[in-house]
Amino acid sequence: MPDGHDPHGHDPLEPIDPSQGPIAPAGGYGGGFDLANADAETLEKGPSHAQEPGGPAGKPRSLWSDAWRDLRRNPIFIISALIILFLVFISLWPGTIATQDPLAANLAKAQAGPEAGHPFGFDSQGRDVYTRVVYGARASVTVGVCATLGVVILGSILGGLAGFFVGWWDAVLSRISDIFFGIPVVLGGLVFLSVVTNSSVWPVIGFMVLLGWPQIARIARGSVITARQNDYVQAARALGAGNSRMLLRHIAPNAVAPVIVVGTIALGTYIALEATLSYLGVGLKPPTVSWGIDISDASSQIRNAPHMLLWPAGALSLTVLAFIMLGDAVRDALDPKLR
Amino acid sequence: MSQPTTREPAAAPATTREPILEVRGLVKHFPLTQGILFKKQIGAVKAVDGVDFDLYPGETLGIVGESGCGKSTVAKLVMNLEEPTAGTIKYKGQDITKLSGRALKAVRRNIQMVFQDPYTSLNPRMTVGDIIGEPFDIHPDVAPKGDRRRRVQELLDVVGLNPEYINRYPHQFSGGQRQRIGIARGLALRPEIIVADEPVSALDVSVQAQVVNLMERLQDEFQLSYMFIAHDLSIVRHISDRVGVMYLGRIVEIGADAAIYEHPTHPYTQALLSAVPVPNPEAREERERIILAGDVPSPANPPSGCRFRTRCWKAQERCAVEEPLLAVPEVFRGTGGPAEHESACHFAEEMENPPGE
Repeated sequence: MPDGHDPHGHDPLEPIDPSQGPIAPAGGYGGGFDLANADAETLEKGPSHAQEPGGPAGKPRSLWSDAWRDLRRNPIFIISALIILFLVFISLWPGTIATQDPLAANLAKAQAGPEAGHPFGFDSQGRDVYTRVVYGARASVTVGVCATLGVVILGSILGGLAGFFVGWWDAVLSRISDIFFGIPVVLGGLVFLSVVTNSSVWPVIGFMVLLGWPQIARIARGSVITARQNDYVQAARALGAGNSRMLLRHIAPNAVAPVIVVGTIALGTYIALEATLSYLGVGLKPPTVSWGIDISDASSQIRNAPHMLLWPAGALSLTVLAFIMLGDAVRDALDPKLR
Repeated sequence: MSQPTTREPAAAPATTREPILEVRGLVKHFPLTQGILFKKQIGAVKAVDGVDFDLYPGETLGIVGESGCGKSTVAKLVMNLEEPTAGTIKYKGQDITKLSGRALKAVRRNIQMVFQDPYTSLNPRMTVGDIIGEPFDIHPDVAPKGDRRRRVQELLDVVGLNPEYINRYPHQFSGGQRQRIGIARGLALRPEIIVADEPVSALDVSVQAQVVNLMERLQDEFQLSYMFIAHDLSIVRHISDRVGVMYLGRIVEIGADAAIYEHPTHPYTQALLSAVPVPNPEAREERERIILAGDVPSPANPPSGCRFRTRCWKAQERCAVEEPLLAVPEVFRGTGGPAEHESACHFAEEMENPPGE
């Protein structure tokens, strides 16, 4: 390589006169090519939208640094991140914004509406709804986030590997996921969780991961198979790239979008599933406070005391919305075409 | 016309030089299976079925043929992206089909590929700098870490792109520019052989010429050997020193470009050349077009004997029984003329009015 010097003395930075472009030679364009006359040096040197942020000659960038730069300026990301940070904060230290005891019951106030000091009113047992919504975040957010993380990690690893190394592993995994798909969630929950005596959130999360991973595994497998067939994966292999480089640098970034979308939507379903299981008496059990338990308690009282349902259900909706928005923003940031 | 067009005459040195790549008896059969868990093989698509050719240093070997004749599979086999069912591919005397691990990685440095579709051959989520710099990440000994950015910019310059574009993404470029990025990636490791699988088929006609001329310039600059696969006969003629014509997984005729285009002796080549559009309407009137009957037979069940016999106007009994070998036909042996090149036909003969003229 002659020290980066264009052998034809053409300054690469110099704009090219468009009138010199590869136009048909004068004197008849015969329908075929005139290869000898098409001058390789009269090229457009690229779109001339002059300056992009950061300056064209700035330091080298990559997908991740560009994605992060994009996210920081995306209001949807900022709003959803603030909501999620707030949820994490109240899950860790609920006492900072709710000073009362979520278990203190005053039956005289059962189902009473809002009053001073009790902005959300009282539930059927006279407990303060505001305090319970704040304290319920811990169990609900833990179940939702941990179950989603577990499902996404397990499902995308198993499904992704099945899509990448097709063959017997793929066949076995697909049949196993068929079996798990065949198990009805509620029935499975009744059977599985009724034998567990531990009343913490972890058996519930474990059950959700056990039944939820095939959904993500199928999606991950499909999108890995799609991404794997692209020529750039072959190009990487032709360069001598190993499996891990191909998976991590080429396939994963191009296959992750559907997993993010389904994962963030599933987060809401897991919180709702926790409520269903609690309602059936096999999920979280009182005295654990969770939105799911309160929603199922309140759902039969919706006509007498709608505030009992609306506040925990609203908190649940806001949480799900925040995660869906976050997933959407991350997915968009990872797609350079949308910038 | 700023290109120095100093390519040597191809026919003569072919016998005197050592080939850089020797392909012998290359076969690739894709199994056809039935059943889901217990797969039973019920046949095979014979995509490549006994291909021999040599590639000499600094030359361009064009491979032409219809869609589905196995051109791209040959490219993938040479690149070691597919494992051949049988046969050998020798790079400088070393059989590369059995290599793996470090030895294969070392060979990959010397054989690189330019892909057909510039829209799928570049990772949309990597910057141009990352795409062209990836070869250096995989082969860290080629360029020291601090030097890589400069090397990437140099490569961009070499292929005629602005070196400041390293932070852009592929979608910000046109098809021709993307193909240049693909070529820059292929050049990064300074390979000796570049396998170009229809590198211009997806581009506009005006851009095709730019890219082909760029490839010629780079060949002179870096002493590259090209295996140039295409279905466009004019492009292949423009760039190639020698041309091989493929039909249904076999090479049916191979020789210097002038010999193939002006003195084709295999009926399939003659038919193929007669289909090339002629820019001159007067000449078009005079010329005789050979229109082949029927379709290409299925490569899962190719005809016996000569594979072209089902569509050939010269076919006789002998063609169904005896398979013609790729060799200089007896009629032309020792004549020393341009028709003396390898052609797999029992009834090889020159046409009276060769269509390539």
